[in-house]
Parts: sequence; C-alpha cells; structure tokens
Amino acid sequence: MSLSDLYQEVILDHYRAPRNRGRLPDATVSLNAENPLCGDELRLDLDVQGDRIANILFEGRGCSISLASASMMTELVKGGTLSAAREAIARFKAMLRSGEEDEALGDATALVGVSKFPVRVKCATLAWTALEQALDELSADRAR
Amino acid sequence: MFDPRVVRRDFPILEREVHGKRLVYLDNAATSQKPRAVIDAVADYYRRSNANVHRGLHQLAAEATEQYEAAREKVRAFIHAPDASGVIFTRNATEAINLVAYSWARKNLKEGDAILLTVAEHHSNLVPWQLVAQETGARLRYIRLTEDGRLDLSELDRLLEGVRLVSVAHASNVLGTVHPVETLARAAHAAGAKILVDAAQSAPHMPLDVQALDCDFLAFSGHKMLGPMGIGVLWARPEILEAMDPFLGGGEMIGVVGLESSTWREIPWKFEAGTPNVAGAIGLAAAIDYLERLGMENVRRHEEELITYAYRRLEEVPGIELYGPRDGRAGLIAFNLEGIHPHDVSQVLDQEGVAVRAGHHCCQPLMRELGVAATVRASFYIYNDRDDADVLVDALQKTREFFGRVAL
Ligand SMILES: Cc1ncc(COP(=O)(O)O)c(C=O)c1O
Repeated sequence: MSLSDLYQEVILDHYRAPRNRGRLPDATVSLNAENPLCGDELRLDLDVQGDRIANILFEGRGCSISLASASMMTELVKGGTLSAAREAIARFKAMLRSGEEDEALGDATALVGVSKFPVRVKCATLAWTALEQALDELSADRAR
Repeated sequence: MFDPRVVRRDFPILEREVHGKRLVYLDNAATSQKPRAVIDAVADYYRRSNANVHRGLHQLAAEATEQYEAAREKVRAFIHAPDASGVIFTRNATEAINLVAYSWARKNLKEGDAILLTVAEHHSNLVPWQLVAQETGARLRYIRLTEDGRLDLSELDRLLEGVRLVSVAHASNVLGTVHPVETLARAAHAAGAKILVDAAQSAPHMPLDVQALDCDFLAFSGHKMLGPMGIGVLWARPEILEAMDPFLGGGEMIGVVGLESSTWREIPWKFEAGTPNVAGAIGLAAAIDYLERLGMENVRRHEEELITYAYRRLEEVPGIELYGPRDGRAGLIAFNLEGIHPHDVSQVLDQEGVAVRAGHHCCQPLMRELGVAATVRASFYIYNDRDDADVLVDALQKTREFFGRVAL
C-alpha cells in the first residue's frame, strides 16, 4: 500500500479543479450531507427534468478524497437518467467493498484504492450517499 | 533528567515499524503506549493472584484485594490527596465525570442554578452537563477564550453568579493551554460553587496536588498515563462523597441488603458497584511507579522543552497555522496546513510512520470557536524526543510537496 495507490493523479486533478462546483438557484432537490466524524460538509443541488438529471452541482468542504469523489460523481451522473444514477451509486459502493476496479464508473474508478484504507471509505462515499438521499427525497416528493 | 531514548526501550510497541518506517508515536493525548512494567504487572496479576476482591477469604482473594487497595493508596499519593477514601476507581475520566453528574449534580442542582464550563471542553466534560441541565433545568454558561486561546477570565465574577458547579479541563487537549485551576477554584468557592477538574490531559504530564489546586472533584484516565485501558479515577472530597447517593447499585457497594432497601458501604466502595477492574488498577499502580521513578517534575520539564522545540520547528513549515498560545503549553499542539485537509495530512504522515490525530478531537464547540472543521494534533510524551519532532516536520514538508502539485 502506498500513497499513490490512494491518491492517484486523476483524484488530485479533480481535487485541484473540481467539476460541477457551485449552487443551482432553482434546484429541483437540494441536500446537505455531513460526516460528523471529520466535519466534512457537502451540498448537492440537482435539476431533474423528467427522469433525467439535467444538471447537478456541489459545494462543500472536506478532504481531497471526499471532494474529488463528489466531483467525479457529478460528472458521471450529469445528463443521465435517475436509474442510471442509482446504478452508479450501487456500483461505486460495490467497488469500495470488493476492491475491484469498475470501468463503468469513469474517473471514479480511480477511487478503488480507497478500499485499502478503511478509515477513508466514508470520505469517498459521502457524495454518493448524499446523491442517494437526494434521489430518495425526489421520489418521495413525487409520490406525494 | 531522564533520556527519552532510554525510556523508549521500555516500550515494546515503539520497536515496531509502520509502513517500513520507525514508528513515531505522536498521538499520546488520545492514549499513551505502555511500558513493559505495566504490561507485566497486568499479566502477573492474572498469572498469580487473580481472584475477586472483597469477597473471598482464600489466599488469592486476599492478595487481589490487597493489591487493589494498594493501587488506591498509590493513586492517593500521586495526587496528594489527604485520604484514600476519596479515591474511586472508574472506567475512565468520562465515567468519573458522569458519576459526579448523576450522583451529585442531579441531586443538588435545580432550576435557575448554573453550571460554568469553558468552550474548550472535551465532549466528556460537556455532554454530561447538558444532560444534567435538561433534567434539572439548570443552565450552562461558558468561559470564552482570548485571541491567543487562553481562558478569558475578565468577566469571571459575573459569570459565576448563581453557579453551583464549575467544571474545567486542567489542560486543553487541543489548545495545549494549562488552565489556572487554582484561581478558578478560589473564585468558585467564593461564589459558593464546587469545582471539578478534568485532569485527563494533566495527570499524565505534570505534578498534581488536589490540596494545592483546592478542587472538589478530579477526574482522569489511566490509559493516557501509561496505564491500561478501562481504569480511571474520580477523586472527591470525602465529605462530599459521604453526602452523595450511590452511582450504580449492585454488589460490592452494599452494607446490608433487604428486600425493600439496603444500606451502603462506606466510601469509596459505595461508588464501586460490581466486580471492579482489578488488573486495571494494578496496572495503573505500576504506571504511577514508572512515572514517579522518572519524576513528574522531570516529565513536565521534558515536555516543556520538547514542545518549545517542536513549536519553533513547526513554525518553519510554510502555510502552517498553529492553535493556542506559544508559551506555557502542555506537550501537545494542534495545527493545520493551509489548503490541505487534516485527514490528508495525517494520511501522508502515517506513510512516514508518524501517528498523529486528525479530526475535531471530541471538541466540536471549540472547532467552531476556532473557525475550522478539524485540525491535526501532535502530542508528545516521555519517550518522544527532538528527533521525533524533526521527523514530523520533515513529513509535513513532504505533505506540502505531495499536495503542492495541487495548485491551492
Ligand atoms: C480533556 C479530556 N477530557 C476527557 C477525556 C476523556 O477521556 P476518556 O475517553 O479516557 O474518558 C479526554 C480524552 O480524550 C480529554 O482529552
């Protein structure tokens, strides 16, 4: 296990230049998530049109892993369907459990190394768990 | 004065490597490592004398009881208490504070009373009082900090109005400040309040004298002062303990048990329900022996010198922010590297064999006060030396280089 297993170049790149950062004034659904253990905070704003995530932006403070993961997650699910987003979440969590790369996750595949650092798994999954909650809220809203 | 490199040889764990590097253990404020003498004392107890205490007439029970009570006497002498009846064994500092919260504060506080804390308290010395406040209607009041992280006592008299209990850390586990407990005790008593001193970060590191401090309650944990986990101490003035109801009910703490009611044993046993952590107490006694051989004055002096050196070296790291005052600090220091999250810092340090803590250190209100989510904390002890501080500083420089590629 070395540092470069954890901090692959593409992760540092997302950390350095996060994609989809900011706020959506007219978000369909917004969600604040935090990891009280380390004080990390994340806000997600989604613009959902029909069954598509037309736009998704995030803002937050946290470590390189949690912020890079949020950036990668938004990049992956933006423009896709809600069910594709749910599948991505499941695949991402499965990858961190198994430690086996999943190319379907795009840049987020690089986070596979986190599986070898159990204490950092929570950092990597924060954004994905937040997205899952946001999607749950959305379907609860729509069912009402 | 002792040589930390010689001390280090007594600690088997410090011989190990981490990621192929020498272990530089700088997380002593979380828990200390254990010398062979403590490990052996615990093992010897289980090998030779294990029996329940205060319950048997056989030889082993007599030996176990004698060793357990000898440990109590050792603690008494360590904190310079007049009488061992004020020394209660608990699991840790947290349980000691909770004992006071349950058995003293819940009985003696009522609506309109106040409890005075500081914003720098560990959650252990905060949450129990929140529970008391919710239950009794008492209010919590806080001593704030000055710019450089010391307690702002300028309005102490006003803050003390209506206060029944002051509860403060002797040394802060984040800022490294050593609080003026004697001054606070005098003011508290003048205002008719009692004072509890959370000595979790001072008992391991400096001479303690409950009579000089003139406190009413004192709490600390064995595991931060070379002792085993699961043993801690509450010291309280015997006359206060006498008037208090028991904390937990059960065996060991009773006199005569009837079907409807029972009588209590005399203090301190009244507060030690159930089979105690005998091995823990014996291990703590061995830890105290070890510390006293070094001399607590020497321990304090060693740490003062080391932290002064470490502070100066850390200041050389570009983009570092150090929290708390420069002078008069305990042997720990919290900091942040500009633009690099504490988790990322501690991850890189770990790869260099350096164990530090990153997070809020169980002080969320203090983090808010400092305006940060988390910090890195390096905390030193008797087996650390300047080399360790140098390794830390080198590792921090590496951290900056590693993340420096990130244009922050
Ligand atoms: C100042 C302070 N108080 C209380 C505690 C609680 O100690 P324990 O967890 O051993 O009960 C700690 C330990 O982290 C501490 O630093």
